[in-house]
Amino acid sequence: MSEGIKKFMFVNTKAPYGTVYALESLEVVLISAAFDQSVSLVFCDDGIFQIANNQNTEASGMKNFSPAYKALGDYDINKIYVETESLEERGLTLDNIMALTYEDEDDDWAEKSSIIPITRAELADLMDEQDVVISS
Amino acid sequence: MAMLHTVNKSPFERNSLSSCLTKSKEGSTILLIEDAVVGALKGTVVADKLNAAVANKNVCVLGSDLNTRGFTEADIIDGIKIVDYAGFVDLVAEHSNVQSWL
Amino acid sequence: MATISVEGKDIEVDEEGYLVNLDEWFPAIASVMAEIDEVEMGDDHWDIINFLREYYEEYQIAPAVRVLTKAVAKKLGKEKGNSKYLYELFPYGPGKQACKFAGLPKPTGCV
Repeated sequence: MSEGIKKFMFVNTKAPYGTVYALESLEVVLISAAFDQSVSLVFCDDGIFQIANNQNTEASGMKNFSPAYKALGDYDINKIYVETESLEERGLTLDNIMALTYEDEDDDWAEKSSIIPITRAELADLMDEQDVVISS
Repeated sequence: MAMLHTVNKSPFERNSLSSCLTKSKEGSTILLIEDAVVGALKGTVVADKLNAAVANKNVCVLGSDLNTRGFTEADIIDGIKIVDYAGFVDLVAEHSNVQSWL
Repeated sequence: MATISVEGKDIEVDEEGYLVNLDEWFPAIASVMAEIDEVEMGDDHWDIINFLREYYEEYQIAPAVRVLTKAVAKKLGKEKGNSKYLYELFPYGPGKQACKFAGLPKPTGCV
């Protein structure tokens, strides 16, 4: 890790739409990408609903901002951790999560998955290694 | 006279759905809206409570809020009914009183 | 609320000139906004505007300049996917100005 680059981790724990936390956090993540830091995202607890498949806001008339998570690869954010216990507690599996991908510069721009399943215990260790953890 | 209970918080984050389920009477209606709609999903840690509730209460979920979060009828517990905005209004009109669990 | 007149219609814009109702956009709006900003629109401008509109359609966000540059390089070639070229087309910034013409919101993080 080169000098001056810090490890930022954004931990998303809230369901989207009912409160504004998810959208605000996404905006901060997109802004932070402009500063060439090492950025990773975590979705745990109700935060996993932020990246649920098939969100359809036609009837509710709200803005569906879930497609924006698919742009994270373009912003060089390609470490997206999803806590497996949070999925299980909500009756969900990785099949319920959007396919978020990035193109690997070091591998002839091959498209790869950004989603990394992680257990609660592993997540605790990973958070411990960060320079900055921002939770919402 | 039956009461309509509305719940709008996720049952995985707040206690309001559990609280509502224990403090609502048989024959009353419980409507899940906003972030509470995920409480209607199958196979969750609160599914047992919801399964018990549908046996003697009228449990409903607002369809538009369910779709917004990526889920449909196939994903929810059998016995929970989906209502639209007009159905919501009907429920309010049909019940003697509305209690909002915030 | 400020408005601009496009083909006889009054179109609402915010204090910085961005469309208020994004669904209202049609190409003549870009032309009128360009006239106001004294930018002469050519095919190269339209390529970027169309690109931005497709990007917004897919991701529901206006891309950051860095992301736009990279994506344009990939789609339209390296000679167009660099900030010098994009700034020549849109002197007030490919993020801010091109997004405005394209009827997109101001890019997130753009001040």
